[in-house]
Amino acid sequence: MADRLSLMREFGRFLRFLLSELRPRGRMLTPFNLISVPVIVAAAAILVVRFTRGLGAVTNLSQEVPWGLWIGFDVVTGVAFAGGAYVITFAVYVMRMEKYRPIVRATVLNGLLAYIFYAGALALDLGRPWNIINPIIGNKFGFSSVLFLVSWHFMLYMLAEFIEFSPAVAEWLGWKRVRRVLHAFTLTAVILGITLSTLHQSGLGALYLMAKPKIHPLWYTEFIPILFFVSSIFAGLSMIILEGTLSHRVFATQINHKRHGSFEEIILGLGKGAAIAMFVYYFFHALVFVHDHRWQLITDLWGVWYLVEILGFVLVPCVLFAYGVRNRSVSIVRTAAILALIGIIMNRLNISVIAFNWNSAAHYYPSWQEIVVTLMVIFSEIWVFRWIVLRMPVMREAHELPSRPTESRPSELTASA
Amino acid sequence: MNRRHFMKTLGVAGASLAGGAARAAEQAATPEFFGVLVDTTRCIGCRSCELACAEEAGLPLPDIENDGALAEERDTSESCWTLVNRYQTSQGDVFVKRQCMHCWQPACVAACLTRAMYKTATGPVIWRSPQCMGCRFCMVSCPFDVPKFEYDEWNPKIQKCNLCWQRLEQDRKPACVESCPTDALMFGRKRDLMEIARTRIYNHPERYVHKIYGEYEVGGTGWLYLAAVPFEELGFRTDLGTTPYPEFTRDFLYGVPLVLFGLPALLYGLHELSEPQGREPAGEE
Ligand code: SF4
Ligand code: SF4
Repeated sequence: MADRLSLMREFGRFLRFLLSELRPRGRMLTPFNLISVPVIVAAAAILVVRFTRGLGAVTNLSQEVPWGLWIGFDVVTGVAFAGGAYVITFAVYVMRMEKYRPIVRATVLNGLLAYIFYAGALALDLGRPWNIINPIIGNKFGFSSVLFLVSWHFMLYMLAEFIEFSPAVAEWLGWKRVRRVLHAFTLTAVILGITLSTLHQSGLGALYLMAKPKIHPLWYTEFIPILFFVSSIFAGLSMIILEGTLSHRVFATQINHKRHGSFEEIILGLGKGAAIAMFVYYFFHALVFVHDHRWQLITDLWGVWYLVEILGFVLVPCVLFAYGVRNRSVSIVRTAAILALIGIIMNRLNISVIAFNWNSAAHYYPSWQEIVVTLMVIFSEIWVFRWIVLRMPVMREAHELPSRPTESRPSELTASA
Repeated sequence: MNRRHFMKTLGVAGASLAGGAARAAEQAATPEFFGVLVDTTRCIGCRSCELACAEEAGLPLPDIENDGALAEERDTSESCWTLVNRYQTSQGDVFVKRQCMHCWQPACVAACLTRAMYKTATGPVIWRSPQCMGCRFCMVSCPFDVPKFEYDEWNPKIQKCNLCWQRLEQDRKPACVESCPTDALMFGRKRDLMEIARTRIYNHPERYVHKIYGEYEVGGTGWLYLAAVPFEELGFRTDLGTTPYPEFTRDFLYGVPLVLFGLPALLYGLHELSEPQGREPAGEE
């Protein structure tokens, strides 16, 4: 009886703790809030229309252009940007490069949320999202479909990322024993996660293999899967560099000074990795260029556009990365990262939207509603990221608890780390 | 044992997630598929087939007498599975019926992750509503841009010709074939249709270009076309190649089990080998 009472009291405390954590922290009227909140509200209205009157009511999709911004940017580009998680977990857990440990949690959290939101955006684009369970249950396995593979891998990968991140959740809740159990699974989850990433990053490219007659020959190659995989490495690294710099400022209070010093080292190390991956990527492109006799194709505007992508946004950032690392300049590395990310957006959109159906009369531009919904996806990811970072030990060590009324914490489980 | 065969074996042995197994089994049986031969030199552009199709499929009926639809080139749509286009050529007006080609190895079926797109044992490629999740990957993959999507429905369907597969089960011909007054459409096994088509070219070499569209295109299609003028002039794509489209993703899918089982072992090995507290910079992977 007394046992049950104390259990109930403990549960009550837990609930109060959760409720107190749900309350927003910090100022409400920040520029980010002022922009993001109206966008999210507008997007919600758009989605109501989308689910009652069909995709045609809010998108510019057509019979010729069945996949637009929501797939081309949200899913295909977003997932490439989220590649940082598997690269960093590879470095820290597999190669044991301790230097990068301080950024593991933030990166994994970002990866997890990116998958939830960007891959989740896929559901908005599905004509019949309630059938999304079909490829998971029963005898409806489309084994021969690349999309089948990609969607399964998305799901399993989210699970793996959640396991990788879960110790932070356990620490936040003060569940010491649970944390230890979860922690034991980390290496397995990491190895599974890297494997799945390799496959679905390249799988996203393989989606376009059967669209051969529709994609401009400068962008179609049977090696799309390899190019997608290699580019996801530096896309992810560039994203960490950019995010790291941003969140370093935004969450300055969360990061202790010891880490501040190693921060520069980390950025330069990531820059080096990106330079190498980009060089390999550039080299592959050059091989494909020769192999496909592409010089015959670069005579028109498409050719110019192709060269802009490959020279301006692959070769230039690649050289900049190398230069920035050699001269130990974080700002040059950051510039390179931004250029590289623009290059990734160009590449993914070229394949999925711009050079798709290049020879047909129908041209596609995203509608404003599609853009608003895309912004909503990005903003809500940032909202959730911010919410978690301010509460869980993501940037800081677990024992550096922020000022928080201790009496609302579950008492006997408090001893964390 | 060549490489592909080796990969295939691995694919079959691999995890169910990895793909390949089911397809390999499916292709082991070589059924005799049915198809339709379209002789465009016989077509008079009466559009009876359009009307018959709309009736059979429960789609909006076209007013074939008065709607003047032949004036411009049209494409099938979510409310029209087949239509006839007119082309002005050196040989005068030529009429061409369009619909799903019912490919031998359909890209749409390989693309579908829920097996909603499905090739039946006798040849028709059909769409099974309860399974479809509306991802439109079939549309992206079909080389002929055939599947159409209902963008203005909350519960959208994919719309395309299904070769009247239910009529075939009752030993009846497709509605369009039955409605054709000039025998421009002929239904039968592809093997027989090919023979008929070749005989026509052989007997009247001056009447036809010496090519049967659909014989080899994208690995062969269920619908075959004869024409008096080169097919490019009739709105056909002649740059699609003869490779069955599922081949384009096959190597990738066979590679999947290799990675799925090989890479974790490799990663674990690396982990064991790596120095604790190693100081190497990142990205040397
Ligand atoms: S023409 Fe297109 S829809 Fe018809 S069977 Fe071939 S791939 Fe499928
Ligand atoms: S839209 Fe439907 S039929 Fe087409 S690939 Fe997706 S699930 Fe299959």
